[in-house]
Amino acid sequence: MKKLMLGNEAVARGAYEAGCTIAAAYPGTPSTEITEYIAKYDEIYSEWSPNEKVALEVAIGASIGGARAICSMKHVGLNVAADPLFTVSYSGVNGGLVIMVADDPGMHSSQNEQDSRFYARSSKVPMLEPSDSQECKDFVRYAFEISEQFDCPVIVRLTTRVSHSQSSVEIGDKENFKLKDYVKDANKYVMMPAMARRRHVEVEKRMAALREFSNSSELNKIELDSEEVGIITSGISYQYVKEAAPNASILKIGMVHPIPEKMISEFASKVKTLYVVEELEPFFENQILKMGIKVTGKQKLPVMGELNAQLIAEKLFDRKFEASQQVQAGQPIPVRPPVMCPGCPHRGMYYVLKKLKLNVSGDIGCYTLGALPPNECMDTCICMGASIGVAHGMEKARGSEFRKKTVAVIGDSTFIHSGITGLIDVVYNKGNSTVMILDNSITGMTGHQHNPTTGFTIKGEPTRQVDLELLCKAVGIERVTVVDPFDVKELEKVVKAEIEADEPSVIISQRPCALLKSVKFEGSRKISREKCKTCRACMKIGCPAIVDKKDHLEINPALCVGCKLCTKVCSFDAIERMDT
Amino acid sequence: MDKLNLLIVGVGGQGTLLASKILGTVALKMDFDVKVSEVHGMSQRGGSVVTYVRFGKKVYSPLIEKGEADLIIAFEELEALRWIDYLTGDGKMIINEQEIDPMPVIIGKAEYPENILETLKAEHSIYSLDALKIARRCGTIKAVNIVLLGVMARLIGIDRQIFADAIHEVVPAKVLDVNLKAFEEGYNYHR
Repeated sequence: MKKLMLGNEAVARGAYEAGCTIAAAYPGTPSTEITEYIAKYDEIYSEWSPNEKVALEVAIGASIGGARAICSMKHVGLNVAADPLFTVSYSGVNGGLVIMVADDPGMHSSQNEQDSRFYARSSKVPMLEPSDSQECKDFVRYAFEISEQFDCPVIVRLTTRVSHSQSSVEIGDKENFKLKDYVKDANKYVMMPAMARRRHVEVEKRMAALREFSNSSELNKIELDSEEVGIITSGISYQYVKEAAPNASILKIGMVHPIPEKMISEFASKVKTLYVVEELEPFFENQILKMGIKVTGKQKLPVMGELNAQLIAEKLFDRKFEASQQVQAGQPIPVRPPVMCPGCPHRGMYYVLKKLKLNVSGDIGCYTLGALPPNECMDTCICMGASIGVAHGMEKARGSEFRKKTVAVIGDSTFIHSGITGLIDVVYNKGNSTVMILDNSITGMTGHQHNPTTGFTIKGEPTRQVDLELLCKAVGIERVTVVDPFDVKELEKVVKAEIEADEPSVIISQRPCALLKSVKFEGSRKISREKCKTCRACMKIGCPAIVDKKDHLEINPALCVGCKLCTKVCSFDAIERMDT
Repeated sequence: MDKLNLLIVGVGGQGTLLASKILGTVALKMDFDVKVSEVHGMSQRGGSVVTYVRFGKKVYSPLIEKGEADLIIAFEELEALRWIDYLTGDGKMIINEQEIDPMPVIIGKAEYPENILETLKAEHSIYSLDALKIARRCGTIKAVNIVLLGVMARLIGIDRQIFADAIHEVVPAKVLDVNLKAFEEGYNYHR
């Protein structure tokens, strides 16, 4: 049976068909749906872990315990999970262990454009890369087999266009994988220097065997056609190449590490001009050049952003494309950047921080949008959990006067991910930072996933809930205040008091995400033309539903949910129910 | 029809994803190879969104470049203007007559372009309608996407029964009737 599937959904299906029984992940675009789809299979234990490092450790434990396990993350998540990755490469596996990593060329939803293929090389772990949904499913099954055959974890790399494109997939049967025996083996699983030295020898042997395997594996394919032009490519770039150069000979690499060197030499000898088409870094290109083969790649193609068929045809074959239509010039088209939703709890918080003109050390989540107009209220955003350490570093560099004008803002899920360690650092090293935990009862930006503070598991079952207030107190924060960000007067009072205090403090800004089904508002408001003095105080909250019509202000009833934040900043009672 | 490059453009939250899911199902029913590509996450949340849908004997790239779209369904007027360059010379565009101000316009830093429909109609094959009003009449404003699919089905001559079957498969049972009605309204709009 054929079914249309997202790449991510096909990965889930592949894991299911391979008899995988354990899945752990931390959400991150574009990888999130992998684990959401896996969680729909009753046969697979699934969890959202607090972060990618823990997720990989859980998967490693499951593998050593004899199960087939899968762990999924976005590219920057692999930075967090890099520590266990480099050592599980030495210890190897028992049941198959597959690590899914989704890169984001073009940075549709990310803070950098790193190329995860280098992780495979530096951790000495094989990596596969599918180019459509069918291959997503097939390659995951291969990955489990390779993992067990060569006693190592296997990384499967996706990119946004593979993860988030739907194409047809042939559904297969579920393999009946039997839990392997648990064998105590300290020489293999306890990585102390003496054991690790012996394991490193095994790693090198394994990589030699994998290099041979790569040359004969059906994961790598030669499609011979023109003798003039040959193109080496992989992943989504293969699909673009097929359209940009329909007559070229192609070597499609499915095993991106280790690369099939013999196959590449053979292919190179059969064509006059050889190109490498790969997104981001010259990963294949540099290895092929080192083999002494003449090849063109990044001389002509960009190292930034995504590729596409037109771009490849233009850069490699000098074909010109002109959009057939041109809108008459002179009419500028305004951009439409993403915004925080109407009713968003973060809006009340930013209103206060902007009013107080504070420096804001930011973090990763929906609230990062506060850096854009109209809030323009975030100074830094580096990585998950960074807000607290960065605020602490600023205080140490610039002293207490600066600190009294600075707060760190971090979401509930991000705080659990890696903010808590930063907070412990503040306490331990005599910092006085004010940290605002934006507790909206969900992991928002990635599309509503549960986390340790929400009280529910990935499967929606009730579970024990981390108490943020008690947690902060337990690490040594004595000043912990819980406040509703829509009570802007109270929030302003609390923020002023906490930044002044000569000790570390936490403000838990608590109000659920406006998109949660449990959140009910009273319905759209309107602005009374009689009462409104057009003072524009309501514009300061930056709500997309309030529109400045120059001579008057209006609420767009199709967008307004009736959260009433605007009524709290209006001094003239001019914002009313629709029926008044 | 032996191939179709279709763009669905709009504003995050307008229901473009459901429309693309139905279209993918339609393509499979017509024995086409199909790819549907969309981006989730940060780029949603009220921002510009685009979904690429490609039918054909064999489809490689999931993307559609400038000058390659046979048909564009625009859920909003400014987005119609933004993506017009993607139409082929004889491509068609269906536009939902709705304006949603982007943040730069809301805060007075940019102007919402005037006379978008007239401008586009002067040079292109444009089929516009107030799909929001039609959807509301059918019972839910959420069915805007289905109204637009109805318009599309007639415009490119796809058997309405294939669409009806796809809607059956994709839409939850409790809102099925409303959506089928919305589809018919759209299908009969440009008779």
